[in-house]
Amino acid sequence: MAIDHYHAPTSLPEALERLRGGGATILAGGTDLMPQSHAGRVKLGPALVNVRRVPELGGIRIDDGTLRLGALSTMSEILRSAFVREYAPVLAEACDHFASDQIRNAATIGGNVCNASPAGDTLVPLLVLDAEAELASKPDGEVKLRRVPRSAVFTGPGRTVRARDELLCAIRVPLPKPGFVARFVKFGTRPALDISAVAIGIGGVRSGRSLAGARVAFGAVAPTPMRAKATEAALEGTVLDDAGIARVAAVARDEVRPIDDVRASAWYRKELVSNLTRRVLGDVAQA
Amino acid sequence: MSHRREIEFVLNGVVTRASVPLEASALSMLRDVIGLTGTKYACGEGECGACTIEVDGASVCACLQFAVDCEGRTVTTIEGAARDPLAARIERAFVEHGAVQCGFCTPGMVMQARNWLATHPDPTREEIKRAIEGNLCRCTGYVKIVDAIEAACRGGR
Repeated sequence: MAIDHYHAPTSLPEALERLRGGGATILAGGTDLMPQSHAGRVKLGPALVNVRRVPELGGIRIDDGTLRLGALSTMSEILRSAFVREYAPVLAEACDHFASDQIRNAATIGGNVCNASPAGDTLVPLLVLDAEAELASKPDGEVKLRRVPRSAVFTGPGRTVRARDELLCAIRVPLPKPGFVARFVKFGTRPALDISAVAIGIGGVRSGRSLAGARVAFGAVAPTPMRAKATEAALEGTVLDDAGIARVAAVARDEVRPIDDVRASAWYRKELVSNLTRRVLGDVAQA
Repeated sequence: MSHRREIEFVLNGVVTRASVPLEASALSMLRDVIGLTGTKYACGEGECGACTIEVDGASVCACLQFAVDCEGRTVTTIEGAARDPLAARIERAFVEHGAVQCGFCTPGMVMQARNWLATHPDPTREEIKRAIEGNLCRCTGYVKIVDAIEAACRGGR
């Protein structure tokens, strides 16, 4: 795993130049890369490209009608951001449950997205918020940007649509419609430093006693964080009384395809999905 | 044979140069290259907080940071923190409250408490517990550690 070259570019074009031709490992917060490379789960390329000093990848601001979260935004920065609290409080909720203070101070949202863990803490709220990933490349001397809907970003455990010569620049969250509410719940064995057994996020525009434009996302129950289309269809317009909530929770239980692993059995995860869906919908109905 | 790189950064207030292997962690640089062993190596994967240091004012796990990424930054370890009044107050409170048993987690606990208290001078007990949720102690069971941090907020009494 010896690294031959180390680069710490200070601009986006320079960083993209370093990624051309492959063989580069991208370093941001390092909180996943360091332990994973030491454990041999990630093979470091011959070049280590540290993107932490690329200013284009930083900052949290309102831009082009979206909340733009620079890929280098740390969990702590997201937690402290007034923009996030106003426009995407469900994301702040997930960051608050993320690992520990020391790790929140280093881990970046770009790293959480690019690592594409099925249990990645920020990924469920980003799906509920209908966020997009902004990717940059420099194929022929010019920097090119493309935006990919969040639901199309994850292609498998640890895999995304990002090409080897591309860099994730930012996450863009559309500004929510009036009346949009969203909740996030993560279930693990202890509050801190735990990888979710199940994470769920539900959002939508409150309309009477139901949700319109309902979005439901689950983490740690499939190879990638997923939008639950059948559950969304069941939830759309359903009156959130006890019977309505029970019906939606049953659809959610049947829609997920979890596995047995060290954190929970598939059966237990299905029960969790059903019970947590019921709890979150109860909260939304009360809110 | 690892490739190395010469880096320069401010360590405990002193401009420091070090030649570090490219894949080395800041923890291994501090302990094995520079010889500051107050920062402890325990889990090596960010789960225990024994290696907590401060980088540009933020509390982080030294085992998760690449040493080369310290280039140009300001790093404080327990050896540097020991000189400031807040850390001295925490240290005294740890002693008075019996918050140290084997002592292995203590430098990380003190670093994390110091960093947290600098911006949260009057925390509740629950807030203290959350602040140190990334620091594991296998001896005392936390009650005395939380007592000590609470006392440090009140001036060490």
